Amino acid sequence: MARKFLSGDEAFAEGIRLAKPDVISAYPITPQTIVVERLSEMVENGSLDSEFIHVESEHSALSCAMGASASGVRAFTATSSQGLLYMAECLYYASGGRFPIVMMNANRSTALPWNIYGDQRDSLSQLDSGWIQAYAENAQEALDLALMSFRIAEHRDVSTPFMINLDGFILTHTYEEVNIPDRADADRFLEPYETENRLDLNEPKNMAFSAGPDYNYIFKYKEHQGMLGAVPVIKETEEKFAEIFGRKYTGLTDTYLTEDADYIIITLGTIAGLCRETADRLRAEGKKAGVVRIRYMRPFPADEIAEAVKNAKAVAVLEKDISFGNEGAVFTNVNSALLTAGVKIPSYNFIGGLGGRNISASDIEEIFEKTENGTEKVTFIGIGVDEK
Amino acid sequence: MSINAKDLCKDEFFYGHKACAGCGGSLAVRNALKVLGPNAVAVLPAGCMSAVGFNFPQLCFANNAIISTFAGTASMLTGIEAGFRRRGITDFTAVGFAGDGGTADIGIQALSGAIDRNDNIIYICYDNEAYMNTGIQKSGLTPFGAKTTTTPAGKNVHGNIRPKKNMFEIAAAHDIPYAATATVGYMNDFLEKVGKASQIKGTKYIHVIAPCPTGWGIPVSDTIDAAREIVDCGLWYLAEYENGEYNINHNPATFTSVSEYLKKQGRFRHLSDEDIAVIEKSRDKKWEKIRRSWNLK
Amino acid sequence: MKPYLREKTSFGFTEVPKDTSFEAGYLVTKNSGWRSIRPVVCIDRCVGCMQCYLYCPDGVISIENKKAVIDYDFCKGCGICSKICRPGAVKMEAEK
Repeated sequence: MARKFLSGDEAFAEGIRLAKPDVISAYPITPQTIVVERLSEMVENGSLDSEFIHVESEHSALSCAMGASASGVRAFTATSSQGLLYMAECLYYASGGRFPIVMMNANRSTALPWNIYGDQRDSLSQLDSGWIQAYAENAQEALDLALMSFRIAEHRDVSTPFMINLDGFILTHTYEEVNIPDRADADRFLEPYETENRLDLNEPKNMAFSAGPDYNYIFKYKEHQGMLGAVPVIKETEEKFAEIFGRKYTGLTDTYLTEDADYIIITLGTIAGLCRETADRLRAEGKKAGVVRIRYMRPFPADEIAEAVKNAKAVAVLEKDISFGNEGAVFTNVNSALLTAGVKIPSYNFIGGLGGRNISASDIEEIFEKTENGTEKVTFIGIGVDEK
Repeated sequence: MSINAKDLCKDEFFYGHKACAGCGGSLAVRNALKVLGPNAVAVLPAGCMSAVGFNFPQLCFANNAIISTFAGTASMLTGIEAGFRRRGITDFTAVGFAGDGGTADIGIQALSGAIDRNDNIIYICYDNEAYMNTGIQKSGLTPFGAKTTTTPAGKNVHGNIRPKKNMFEIAAAHDIPYAATATVGYMNDFLEKVGKASQIKGTKYIHVIAPCPTGWGIPVSDTIDAAREIVDCGLWYLAEYENGEYNINHNPATFTSVSEYLKKQGRFRHLSDEDIAVIEKSRDKKWEKIRRSWNLK
Repeated sequence: MKPYLREKTSFGFTEVPKDTSFEAGYLVTKNSGWRSIRPVVCIDRCVGCMQCYLYCPDGVISIENKKAVIDYDFCKGCGICSKICRPGAVKMEAEK
């Protein structure tokens, strides 16, 4: 094991190197570029034996990855923001075809106005595309998810593509010290990809076909089952990961001081760190604050969230997303989980970080305060709408 | 290398499909696969041939075949070619069959990317000159004057006002290893070009005219006649681009009547003498250029 | 090698694959019902030149013992074979 000082993008690229995809097809977009630059260098210097294909668009990046996956090999691509939206058609295609492609998405604002900084409106707009969606908090988790994702996506009970989200710049471009697993350990953790969902000269297949209303319905049900099937596979994969690499992950959510918390912020991505620090500070003042970090938006941790907050007095959902005319997508999902589980506590939605706008410690404090005292259903934090 | 009917592989790879009777596109796919053999891996985008050939559980390709996204024929071919190579398989041919819209409109970017990378694939455009699967709408390869459901022929506008995009020369302009034009009307020429393409490394593009009786407004038995006449009257030509040079394979001493070719087809029946004169003039201009600058074989 | 009609034509929930991948060349329906006219080969006139075989969009004509044979399960009756036949060995007749 080596220890290196790397950016989130660079750490992620190390994870991909260890996962050894056969085919990498990618198109550059800020802030994803460093991942594909590092992978190109690895292919050049021989530390990664992959076909690196310089496609001419994101649509082709995923289309090419699907071709590779349909021929039975491991495929990886990476994108961000406009690129993710440009390839949106292929997202649904890949999940419907049950191609276990892994894709890194650098979470970035969507135009207009143009903006290269991080929010999560790109990936959250694709929750229904049938991809597993994980959100990393730091560079180490990004690297580890890169390695774990293939094992989960390619599992026979899952066969579902996997999107790993890294907050643009805040994670992709920030340097941290990370542990890089050894090749032998990585190989022990992740076996080569084997599938019957492939073109085969000995047993020819017709693939990616049409299916009329009766059959189509069954395919969609099975797709849903595949996504749900990821839940136990994620658990089992994390156990194996801990056994080999010593780092433990906590499944679909990561809870902090929730057991006895009165007020809990539910969020995802890098901002969770600041939420935990703030919770610590509030606890020092005698206020019982807690944090739930959603690690996976799909499959959605409805039970885990309801369990974590069931004894709280109120919850806040802090997210870098807004579904105009309604609320943030995460809030909608969380409320559904609480309602279904019969957890009857007030919940408030806080929108922040759009277009990369900073969310400060005092913003978080204010969220806890408003959650305690009650506020409007949806609040854009620090928007200044009341200012003269 | 000449390929005749008796040299063709007896297997039928595209069979039992639901294409309209007399479909030129299905004939192009059928025979190209007979040249390429059982190890052809076919990619077909959304469009006529995928719609008629892949409706689970009626699956009409005996060889490996897959539907791509509409825009993604070439990029999926790229991925398949790379994937098979990674599996250590060498005796296969990655071949795409896309229509005129799938090629010249929505798929041109991916095609250009594949040629640019010189991926080892064959891309065959079966050109029936409109979006036939969706009900005869204008594509970038719909010829001047043709009536489609989105270029209606009325008093003010006589059908499509723009000529066909020149896909053959667009492909050639990438300095592609091999590009060719063909028609299902002269099958031996088409088969020979498919055979030749299969022996060349890098990207190969073949553009084959494939009449659609439904969209062209001709009897279903006249597909081959129309596919021959378009060459005989000079509105299409049989050519190749190879080693950086254009070669014309068939240089007719005289052309048959453009007017007769057009008048047989419902889509052109509204054309005035002036419209037809415009079409003839553009034909003459093209052939003047071909005869001046291409190699005449 | 050719796609062919299978006995099993419908699939229950557990038999439907989870992925969109299935045995190549699996046919469950014929096309014979499409025809209003059918090609009939006059064996005496057929010279086995293979032109009908070469130009059939559906690939339903094979040459056996140098004579054209038509698979009526999948022939759609387009009549291209009849038009292309120089010796006039293929006649189109009304379906009864």
